Amino acid sequence: MLTIQNYVRPQSLQEAWELNQKRSSRIAGGMLWMKMSKGNCGTLIDLSDLGLNTIVETEKEISIGAMVTLREIELHPSLQSYSWGAVQRALKNIVGVQFRNLATLGGSLWGRFGFSDVLTVFLAMDAYVELYKGGIIPLSEFAKMNYDRDILVRLIIKKQPCLMAYEDMRIASTDIPVLTCAISYIDGIFRATVGARPGRAMLFYDEKGILSEWITEESAEAFSRYLMEQVPTSGNIRGSSAYRSQLVKVLSRRALLQIKGGN
Amino acid sequence: MEVRMKLNGKNITGDVRPDSLLIDFLREKGCVSVKRGCETSNCGLCTVLMDGKPVLSCSLLTLRAAGHDIFTLEGLQEEASEFVGFIADQGADQCGFCNPGFVMNTIALLRENPDPTDDEIRAFLSGNLCRCSGYEGQLRGIRNYLSSRHG
Ligand SMILES: Cc1cc2nc3c(=O)[nH]c(=O)nc-3n(C[C@H](O)[C@H](O)[C@H](O)COP(=O)(O)OP(=O)(O)OC[C@H]3O[C@@H](n4cnc5c(N)ncnc54)[C@H](O)[C@@H]3O)c2cc1C
Ligand code: FES
Ligand code: FES
Repeated sequence: MLTIQNYVRPQSLQEAWELNQKRSSRIAGGMLWMKMSKGNCGTLIDLSDLGLNTIVETEKEISIGAMVTLREIELHPSLQSYSWGAVQRALKNIVGVQFRNLATLGGSLWGRFGFSDVLTVFLAMDAYVELYKGGIIPLSEFAKMNYDRDILVRLIIKKQPCLMAYEDMRIASTDIPVLTCAISYIDGIFRATVGARPGRAMLFYDEKGILSEWITEESAEAFSRYLMEQVPTSGNIRGSSAYRSQLVKVLSRRALLQIKGGN
Repeated sequence: MEVRMKLNGKNITGDVRPDSLLIDFLREKGCVSVKRGCETSNCGLCTVLMDGKPVLSCSLLTLRAAGHDIFTLEGLQEEASEFVGFIADQGADQCGFCNPGFVMNTIALLRENPDPTDDEIRAFLSGNLCRCSGYEGQLRGIRNYLSSRHG
């Protein structure tokens, strides 16, 4: 059980950041993951008063505040149309509606959980995170970083012309995934992300130009084989490494064929 | 710490520790329909409505609910009575333990989407676990209720 000594709602990011420099402090997202941890939290820092609960769209980008819930993201019309439904597809199996009404984008990305559908889908986009002290950096860089005591302020998605598809494999529909896979075609570049390897999601490009003549049955097959060779997998309670590698091939091929067929 | 909120339409206050969970606070206030079925935010039994949205009271700090409008089944008897009989008629309640969570989330579903398809019902209720039934009874019950409304 997690015990909490003090609960604070800072009125500025600077105040939140200063409070968070103490090792016993913790930032509260939706608290669903944190609640399962054990130990004592000196100061719980609730970001609810900082206006980080909005999705702002301009002509060039969609900016999602750290305290926006997964359900709000799932229901956002532009995010759905821009991602060809891939974002909704990625979020819809995360536990249930009541859970997604609490879980936040900030907590989901900050956690950089190996099994994360959230990280897998956004990593396939031209996406950046804004960190209070660390500034704006590509999500792909953030995904590899170690945990520190900064604050994730928002996610920024650049609205480049995009085609996209998402696939996952679960033992039961709302269980955490055995493997996740997103493929996008943005500004002429294919990106493939694979998560629940079971390690953190990783981003791959078509470095051999297998898809340079666009997606056909043959090129989809060849790229999915290539991806299977590239993606490091290992085994855990949900599946062996060999099984996951096969899933990389099957799910990436399916996602490519969806893009070919216009989803 | 002092907390104020609206519970089932009435203003209430309380004095809670920073780590008090809403489920425990609500039960102390007499709302014993709100139950704990798991410790992992997975089962949906503890569902309450916060500002009309279904949330897991087992995972929400009481202090986070401060200033918000909370409804439990105790405050929604009339709305629930419209459809619970249809679910019971299908034998969907066996031990009945999951029932309050299902009813609360069905209320949320029907407010958000008054005429859902079977797939929409399944998707919305997928966060409510039941150890006894195979979920088909709940689905049939809600479907029958919706059909009865269409006359
Ligand atoms: C039972 C269960 C099943 C799950 N299943 C899935 C699944 O199938 N797929 C999936 O993708 N995810 C799954 N998740 C993860 C879930 O979707 C969320 O990602 C997770 O709960 C974290 O989000 P939160 O808002 O609850 O964050 P919290 O638990 O509040 O925080 C998580 C961590 O991030 C830190 N933090 C939060 N916000 C910030 C911020 N803005 N800046 C800096 N640090 C911050 C916290 O201090 C904490 O260390 C599951 C979680 C649970 C508990
Ligand atoms: S008691 Fe199981 S989700 Fe709340
Ligand atoms: S009827 Fe027993 S848990 Fe659902």
